[in-house]
Amino acid sequence: MESLLEGNSLFRWTYCLLAANEGNSGPGPCGETLRNGLLPAGFEWVAFLIAGLGIVMLLINAFLLLVMLYTYMERRLIGRFHNRVGPNRTGPFGLLQPVADAIKLLTKEDLVPAGADRLVFNIAPVLMIVPVLLVLAVLPFGENSFLANINVGILFVLAVTSMNALAMFMGGWASGNRFAMFGGMRAVAQLVSYEVPVVLSVVGIVIYTGSLSMVSIVEAQRIPFILLQPLAFFIFIAGSSAEMNRSPFDLVEAESEIVAGYHTEYSGMKFGMFQLAEFGAVLVTSAVMTTLFLDGWNGPVLPSHLWFLLKVFFFAFIMIWIRATLPRLRMDQVMDFAWKFLFPLSIINMFVTAVEVLVWNEPTLVQLWFMVGINMLVAIVGVVVFSLIFSRKGISPPRRKMSV
Amino acid sequence: MYGIGLAKGFLVTLKVFFRKPFTVQYPEERLVQHPRFRGEEFVWYEERCTGCASCAKYCPLGIIKIVTHPSDEKPLEGGFYDIDVFDIDIGRCMFCGLCVEACPYDALFMGSGFEEGQYNRRDLVISADRLRVAEKHPSTWYRPQLEERGYNPHKDPPVSWEQVGRENSLTHLSSRPAKIQEYDKRNQP
Repeated sequence: MESLLEGNSLFRWTYCLLAANEGNSGPGPCGETLRNGLLPAGFEWVAFLIAGLGIVMLLINAFLLLVMLYTYMERRLIGRFHNRVGPNRTGPFGLLQPVADAIKLLTKEDLVPAGADRLVFNIAPVLMIVPVLLVLAVLPFGENSFLANINVGILFVLAVTSMNALAMFMGGWASGNRFAMFGGMRAVAQLVSYEVPVVLSVVGIVIYTGSLSMVSIVEAQRIPFILLQPLAFFIFIAGSSAEMNRSPFDLVEAESEIVAGYHTEYSGMKFGMFQLAEFGAVLVTSAVMTTLFLDGWNGPVLPSHLWFLLKVFFFAFIMIWIRATLPRLRMDQVMDFAWKFLFPLSIINMFVTAVEVLVWNEPTLVQLWFMVGINMLVAIVGVVVFSLIFSRKGISPPRRKMSV
Repeated sequence: MYGIGLAKGFLVTLKVFFRKPFTVQYPEERLVQHPRFRGEEFVWYEERCTGCASCAKYCPLGIIKIVTHPSDEKPLEGGFYDIDVFDIDIGRCMFCGLCVEACPYDALFMGSGFEEGQYNRRDLVISADRLRVAEKHPSTWYRPQLEERGYNPHKDPPVSWEQVGRENSLTHLSSRPAKIQEYDKRNQP
């Protein structure tokens, strides 16, 4: 296995241009060519750093371009779901709409409220966007192309993305605005709650795969894990859409209740960065879901990178569909859903998977399909039983009678 | 059964997704307006106007301004009042059409357009000069004589002042002073 760094010709070209190749006659990264680089001997690490940074910058920019495309796609599709057209004036089919948005945001006044904590207020948007970009480090985009294949890949993803809560709370707190504060508090409550079922739903896959590495998870999928772990998929998509503050769970920025939540006081490109992070999070989560549940880059005929992109945008479409369909929940409903519905279900899923792996340690394909049947049954029964319990009166908190 | 409501909701949005958009892309395509549409730009026929200022009197907002002076011709020879100023401030107009109802000589009509947007409030005042040169597409609102003829201001060519009156157009085509002379002759002792 070679990573995106070593396998990339651009990286190799830059590295070999810079690094001194004296004495490196064997089949190294530069192959058989014996040519003196621009840098003196002993500075190979500088060459590696520059070449690697180039690749990373390329990747991040490609990702941001995709996010631009995604924002356009989301607006167009939401429009179609609303029986509208969506933005179609800027450029051909409105394709330049994200550019227009960016130009507009960049030319806006950059306001900082008088009562704000300046430093924290300015750091928050950066802290929001960095985790999204960090996830790219461990994502396998295609066959043999990833920046790093670390053995705790999925753990890294979960750890890094949970930093969002901090950024939102910082933004909400530092704004010195009560609505922003409410948004920040809600963000912390919601994100910390939903972290638990999301992590536990991933545990089932990790038990089955026996590895936390994203690449080995993809390679272990003889049949897509969306079939093998349907309950986990449901929990993951519900939990992650809550973590991204998307529609059924967008209480953090509920415009009908608290103006815009934690980014009420933000304007200009800081606001733009929050938005960028949110839209980027959708793409990244879709990519993680593709890796975990939909067989990653694997697919017939088409090249692997294209398959990966297609799957990512398929999940993005589902996210947009969910956003267009489901109405916003109440705060107590959101917390109930996390702790009384998703949390027990994820533990059941984990337990069932553990027992299955214990019984069939090296499952044949027939046994695998048998596991699929069992897990489907568990998913349906679990969801129905828990929604029955969930909707019973004693479980959810009694509705307070409105006093006249 | 649990989840059925959720699935139904998703199906509804998916059905809408594949439907044709409801949006009318305005500058390229327009909705068809009724002939009685009370448009923003008024249609005024100076030839028919006597300067009586009924419209100004009946306007509930008082936004029609008329300044007249007697013409040099004698009234019996076909002379009316000459109109110096005829301003309609459509910035404050509510398009009730009372001025059109009040006009005894069918000189004022509602317009048929709706694209009078301006950057300035004072540009919203329609002056006599503008009304004189404007293309006459009068709305058929409160003008049954136009409607009976099946006139559609959105499609048909502009109409001249002889064709829009309640009375026979021949009345206008024959010279008025001559008729008055006949009348005078008949009534002479």
